[in-house]
Amino acid sequence: MTGTPAAKPDTAEVVLAARNVAKSYGQIHALKGVNFDIHRGQVTTLFGENGAGKSTLMKILSGVIQPTSGEIMLDGQPVAFTNSTEARDRGISIIHQELSLAPNLSVRDNIFMGREIKGPMGVDFAEEERQVRKLLEELEEDIDPLTPVEELRLGQQQIVEIARALSVDSRILIMDEPTSALSATEVEVLFKVIRDLTAKGVSIVYISHHLEEALQITNHAVVLRDGTMTAYAPRAEIDLEWIVRNMVGENYDLGSPPGGYDFGKVALSLREVTVADPKGGDYNVVDKLSLDVRAGEVVCIYGLMGAGRTELLETVAGRLRSSGGEVVLEGKEVSHLSIAERIARGLALVPEDRQRDGLVQTMTVGQNLSLASIAAFTKGLFTQRKAEQALIDRTIKEVTVKTSGGGAAIGSLSGGNQQKVVIGKMLATQPKVIMLDEPSRGIDIGAKAEVFRLLAEGAKRGLAVVYSTSEVGECLSIAHRIIVMHKGRISAEFDSTVTKEQIMAASGESVAA
Amino acid sequence: MSDTSISRTAAKGSAQPFSLVRLLLEGRAFFALIAIVAVFSYLSPNYLTVSNLLIMASHVAIYGILAIGMLLVILNGGIDLSVGSVLALCGVLAGAMMQGIELPTFGVILFPPVWAVVVLTCAIGGLVGALNGALIAWFKVPAFVATLGVMYVARGVALLQTNGLTYNNLSGRPELGNTGFDWLGFNRLAGIPISVVVLATIAVLTGLMLSRSSFGRWLYASGGNERAADLSGVPVKRVKITVYTISGILAAVAGLVLSSQLTSAGPTAGTTYELTAIAAVVIGGAALTGGRGTVRGTMLGAFVIGFLSDGLVIIGVSSYWQTVFTGAVIVLAVLMNSIQYGKGGRKS
Ligand SMILES: Nc1ncnc2c1ncn2[C@@H]1O[C@H](COP(=O)(O)OP(=O)(O)OP(=O)(O)O)[C@@H](O)[C@H]1O
Ligand SMILES: [Mg+2]
Repeated sequence: MTGTPAAKPDTAEVVLAARNVAKSYGQIHALKGVNFDIHRGQVTTLFGENGAGKSTLMKILSGVIQPTSGEIMLDGQPVAFTNSTEARDRGISIIHQELSLAPNLSVRDNIFMGREIKGPMGVDFAEEERQVRKLLEELEEDIDPLTPVEELRLGQQQIVEIARALSVDSRILIMDEPTSALSATEVEVLFKVIRDLTAKGVSIVYISHHLEEALQITNHAVVLRDGTMTAYAPRAEIDLEWIVRNMVGENYDLGSPPGGYDFGKVALSLREVTVADPKGGDYNVVDKLSLDVRAGEVVCIYGLMGAGRTELLETVAGRLRSSGGEVVLEGKEVSHLSIAERIARGLALVPEDRQRDGLVQTMTVGQNLSLASIAAFTKGLFTQRKAEQALIDRTIKEVTVKTSGGGAAIGSLSGGNQQKVVIGKMLATQPKVIMLDEPSRGIDIGAKAEVFRLLAEGAKRGLAVVYSTSEVGECLSIAHRIIVMHKGRISAEFDSTVTKEQIMAASGESVAA
Repeated sequence: MSDTSISRTAAKGSAQPFSLVRLLLEGRAFFALIAIVAVFSYLSPNYLTVSNLLIMASHVAIYGILAIGMLLVILNGGIDLSVGSVLALCGVLAGAMMQGIELPTFGVILFPPVWAVVVLTCAIGGLVGALNGALIAWFKVPAFVATLGVMYVARGVALLQTNGLTYNNLSGRPELGNTGFDWLGFNRLAGIPISVVVLATIAVLTGLMLSRSSFGRWLYASGGNERAADLSGVPVKRVKITVYTISGILAAVAGLVLSSQLTSAGPTAGTTYELTAIAAVVIGGAALTGGRGTVRGTMLGAFVIGFLSDGLVIIGVSSYWQTVFTGAVIVLAVLMNSIQYGKGGRKS
């Protein structure tokens, strides 16, 4: 075995390995000769910045794409998968970073897509449903197998994706950021499932930008950087600092809320905003919620999945219709305005689901970045190319998108870099109030620090920030004020001196961890 | 053409060199066109003459104008099945106006001048298009169904209007001051048929709109991902209604050109033209799922279809075979497209 930085105290046998695997897309070298081992019955975690090549390596191991050079060894024998079905038949399955579900199909049909259980009369739907129920029970998720996937919230869709991978009974399970939209409780459950699996001898590869979380579960850590493997160590020898140092070369501190200035006038004021359940239920997802955010203030909205945070933000942005209450921007009522008019007045939303609400897949990186600010570079009838290019270049630099340029296809970016494009697009509109819904989904620690720095700088210049998250740590390092939402209402309000435990208790979450 | 270079750099970013793969992909329809011209000029000495090319181009103009409207609708992720019927309806109404509008209450017959006929006809086409758009954007009727319904209604109204007959003499009379309707179909500007000039103008304007105006950007964005475009402040409903309206107006223009070329207007004109227009757009490389496609490609697609069918007529192939050939070319062109994309997809 060559090229591994550290000597390996191998205890468990290697079931799947990559040997000198390289992958190029034209001029872009996503992987440059990587060795990677997966041990039987253990969890191997892959760390690395956005665009380091993690997803690329996993796609190669699971047969989704083929390496430009190098070998895959399964049980010591070289194999060459031509597609993911072949890999699945050999016991390797993958949970993709970007959801790959058919939105119009039910949970059951998605889970058994392409592997329907045959009965005497066509597909045995009853048996499929029984198995799905069992899986979801194991994942402690209350979802009806017959619900169409598009009616589920993002986190639940991710659970379905996980259930689909679990339903295959594979011996090697690759999880590419499986928890990016899950709540803390759901992550706990998933970890329990992972422990059961490893006890049964299943090998797991785990990728996550939630470093502390990954440390809880992993047996081995591997760090990728710019397509090469830079460090390897078993769990006993590493800590958070080790990961960050090897990942980005320096240590990031997400810092504390920006200070040293006074807040301005109230920029955004919500008065008894009420939103009826968009799916037609007879309750309110947002219930008479009132909130003032001042210029320069960073307010964090913390809550569990389903607390009504996304619905609240979408209503303020103009996507959902409120059934009561007022949204006031800089003293002016805006409830009747369209999304475009609200953006023009300086109210912008970074949506949660980047694939569905954030990106136009048919357009380039640059066109996506400039989409919300077209008016800024249109003179008379025509768009000004130079002005647009300047805006694109500036934004790419600001949010540190790793790309070959504004002309690259959006699909060629790594998941985290796509997320940065969604954030950059709305920041480019030069808003006065920016609302971000779970913006750190899938971005690495360096990028997160960069986004926090941008928000902090904006706040100092008078930007009002509303930051919605289900990660307590993020609240504490950016927010002046923390609002806890529970069942559509504000259940508690804290200043930045609060502790994690207090916040979690107020959200109705069990503080087990 | 200046908009060619613009759309290329806008798509690829100014830093990158022109890519050969892209040229081949985009050039697919172009090579097909060259092959068609080469084969037919070999088979018939009359094919590759200036006069024949111009005549064929004036035939292409009809499909071409429809196809540009169809391109806009397809970029939006929709489809407009009503254009053939709208073409007939507008042709018939223009014919009726040329024959005189009787106002029984006043006991007079109005003979509007030709320019007024043209404006009114385009307005009617636009209205029908706006109706399509409103059904789809506001009432959430699927585009296929809404335009299918309007297709039947428009055809029916055209038949009712003429009782199934055809208006023949459309040249107007000097003493009534409404001559000149055949100008569109017969006159030439510097030797080029007016219909071709109209097509070229519409193509250039649309090309500019798509590559340089904010509306063009809105259209590509809302066709690519309507939800994301909406949240970025794109007025997606307005865009939708606008493209169907433009498609209706262009169908009216095509109707005027056609009835002027034939100096007659019948209610069954333009049957299945909507399918030809869709074929031209698809051969031109646009995606039926929306968000991808160019005017340049669509024009090439229209010329491929037009030059092929006229060529078959010239060498004396029966019209039944013409249908077979046209169908084969459509499938072949799109097949090449998916083979090329498919290879790329598997390799990457
Ligand atoms: N289809 C493609 N065409 C061109 N470049 C690509 C393509 N897919 C990936 N890349 C490039 O390969 C590199 C590695 O991407 P990859 O998706 O593996 O990153 P990652 O480590 O998973 O990052 P993230 O944490 O953001 O998910 C990136 O620079 C990306 O731009
Ligand atoms: Mg990735």
